[in-house]
Amino acid sequence: MKAELNERLVRDLDQGFEAMVRDYGQRLFAFAYAMSGNAADAEEVAQDAFVRAHRALRGYDSERIRELQVSAWLHRIALNVLRNRVRRRQPRLVPLEAELQVADRGPGPEGQALNRAAMRELARQLSELPTPHRSAVVLRFVQGLSYQEAASLLGQPEGTVKSNVHRGLAALRRRRQLSEVI
Amino acid sequence: METLERELQELGQVPAPRGFVNRVISAAGVGERYAELETVIGTFFVAWNRAGVTSVGRERPEGGEKADGLPRQLRFDLEGLTEFEQAVLRKTLEIPRGEVRSYSWVAREIGRPRAVRAVGTALANNPIPILIPCHRVVRSDGVIGQYGAGGPEAKRKILDFEGADPDGLARLARQGTRFLGSRTTRIFCLPTCNAARRIQEQNRVPFQDERAAERAGYRPCSRCRPAAQASA
Repeated sequence: MKAELNERLVRDLDQGFEAMVRDYGQRLFAFAYAMSGNAADAEEVAQDAFVRAHRALRGYDSERIRELQVSAWLHRIALNVLRNRVRRRQPRLVPLEAELQVADRGPGPEGQALNRAAMRELARQLSELPTPHRSAVVLRFVQGLSYQEAASLLGQPEGTVKSNVHRGLAALRRRRQLSEVI
Repeated sequence: METLERELQELGQVPAPRGFVNRVISAAGVGERYAELETVIGTFFVAWNRAGVTSVGRERPEGGEKADGLPRQLRFDLEGLTEFEQAVLRKTLEIPRGEVRSYSWVAREIGRPRAVRAVGTALANNPIPILIPCHRVVRSDGVIGQYGAGGPEAKRKILDFEGADPDGLARLARQGTRFLGSRTTRIFCLPTCNAARRIQEQNRVPFQDERAAERAGYRPCSRCRPAAQASA
């Protein structure tokens, strides 16, 4: 099925791109949501990543498109987008309205087994982790990649990713215990 | 301990907001094309993507590929507009060529009778003038009202071209006539309703307001729906 998407991209870039957004839109949005901690930023990041992907694809020849590992490639672009935003970002206070507006457009984070508030709380806690820990935890558990996949996506040794996951999870657990006590 | 991992996994199932895919596709400028449209008030550029027409404007769109003509079937991409704005524009699409409706008519028809000014604002910001005929919405006192795509003069010109007779309408309004009834059918209409135009001179009865028409035993036309809750 993956190879099929690559073939579609080779055959007709715009049609293939549409299929790619349909296939990976939710996944990339969820990634951006877990990484950025709120829905408004998540939509911007995911959209920006797709727009960049489209621009990049226009410059690729057929060979390069055929060899693309689409999912990992999109995640890497999204990581870049996130990194660039962090550089220029001011201390972020999420305006409540923005969050609600996005949520109002559709099912959004609510309507899940995890209720909306819990989901947001988890995303917020994640956003407080240092980036290396957060990326590792999100790729491994939220996106369900293997350590090997996460390591190759991040361009880090597997051992580093494992230890970052370990530290990230430990920090999350501490925070949760803390918030329960309070 | 396991709970945390399961919750993280569930976070991965968070659905993207509605319309996300289309917003991405249009942000990437996929399949964007445009064509020129000649009208009585000059040349416009119509731009569309796979979802439908996105804009009509005086300026040539920057991206996009020039097409020979408009898409055969016109659909509209109203992505990014509020629900209210979309409702106003969809309602406006129902106004037939050669006819006009008032801002308050649109407000009433979309179930927001008090939002008359907001209807005016939504129409002023219509991203797809001409094709979504916001020029067919005028003030109920017969004044032609504002027009984003070239001012009141341009609006008058298109209405004239479409056969709506804006001057005649203003004349009626100055005389205080808001509705026209037919002595033979006992039905009253908005003056530009196609049914009102077919009333013969000797059978035409002017009314100042819907109460007067109803008192005289006339019922509102079901085509142009001139009055609020006629039966109430």
